[in-house]
Amino acid sequence: MYSNAYIFRYAAIMVVVVAAVLSSAATFLKPMQQRNQAIDKMQSILAAAGMQDVSVENAIEVFNGHITNMIVIDQDGNVLADYSGDEKQNSEAFNLNLKTELFNKSQKRPFRLPLYVIDKQGEKTYIIPLLGAGLWGPVWGNMAIKSDFSTVTGVTFDHKAETPGLGAEINTNMFQDQFKDKQLLGPDGNFVSVQVVKGGVSNFPANQQKHKVDAISGGTITSNGVNDMIENVIESYVPFFKKQG
Amino acid sequence: MSAEVKEREPLFSAKNRKLITNPLNVDNPITVQVLGICSALAVTAKLKPSFVMMLSVIAVMTLANVIISLMRNGIPPRIRIIVQLTVIASLVILVDQVLKAYVYDVSKQLSVFVGLIITNCIIMGRLEAFALANKPWPSLLDGFGNALGYGWVLLAVGFTRELFGSGTLWDYQIIPQAFYDFGYVNNGFMILPPMALIVVGVIIWIQRARNPQLIEEK
Repeated sequence: MYSNAYIFRYAAIMVVVVAAVLSSAATFLKPMQQRNQAIDKMQSILAAAGMQDVSVENAIEVFNGHITNMIVIDQDGNVLADYSGDEKQNSEAFNLNLKTELFNKSQKRPFRLPLYVIDKQGEKTYIIPLLGAGLWGPVWGNMAIKSDFSTVTGVTFDHKAETPGLGAEINTNMFQDQFKDKQLLGPDGNFVSVQVVKGGVSNFPANQQKHKVDAISGGTITSNGVNDMIENVIESYVPFFKKQG
Repeated sequence: MSAEVKEREPLFSAKNRKLITNPLNVDNPITVQVLGICSALAVTAKLKPSFVMMLSVIAVMTLANVIISLMRNGIPPRIRIIVQLTVIASLVILVDQVLKAYVYDVSKQLSVFVGLIITNCIIMGRLEAFALANKPWPSLLDGFGNALGYGWVLLAVGFTRELFGSGTLWDYQIIPQAFYDFGYVNNGFMILPPMALIVVGVIIWIQRARNPQLIEEK
């Protein structure tokens, strides 16, 4: 039979050994993991801007080549910082924690939001990162809009744990391609958003169709999550749009 | 004390070979012992995550079995379950970290399921039933065999569900577009967890029908 002292010693030594092994593994692998996360984010931003098949190896280079500026704005649409050149991929604009900022927004506290700009011979495209809640976990994505601050040129969505075959289909091209050329602003320039709707876009009046896309059958709560996400996030940029336009 | 020296057992003796082959069929952890069902339902909507899950479980179960077997003479019986759990949990965290660092896209797909390997009762079951009482080499074979037995069922279920649920295999389109043009529709039910349970049930049925050893006497 083992004595109590032995049991305590055994447990204590085991815990220390395990802690040492795990923390050194985590420290050692961290740079690679962060790089992967950054690359993943870059690929997603580029995909929203229509560059879908950027490989992991090229992502950083392509990203730096295309994204000309990264902007941080506040709740009133003022530009707080504008990064270009090499410092931008380590800047606040790239690393801003969207979750915290959107939480601040919901608490009516001041918040900051990032904006990625592609300047192709004067033709600017703005890419806005999105974050919201689906049915089983977070949903997120990026939306690229033209410099009229209304026309959507592309979106990407992703999710943590939506139902396979139903809500999870939001990350397929079939769903995302529908957003192309939809309008965020109404005829008088007020914010209308783009909504995922049931029952077929073609059954809506013609002047509303440019604000609607078809939902995925059986994915109602995920669709509602996508609607809320787009509305909540894009709405925060409207003051900025107004100042620019 | 007897002076006779026990003859060394060959590495792959008939007994040791059985440690690998039994779990594949007559002692399969999923279809016969009905363990680890939860993860078998969760990750098998597609073939690729099923395969990565199989590899992860093979790594965790083989290593855990060997480590516990090496420690078996020092583990105080009263805290053995805690010790086993600590070993499993540490290995799973290591696997998760390595996946995140080297195969990020796969890690994204598996997401929470890697963490759930900790709760896979097959692993704990093998540690408790085998590794605590056997030498490292047989334990290694036993762990590997059981993980493989778990893995082939996962692959079989993943294959069926992806083929009929999405019309693809390993994300490549298998069912030709012409079928869809004629009105063929993917079976959405296949993608949901209940269908995994039914597929596992069918596998158990086929296995029992073919293997008289498994049929209980009345």
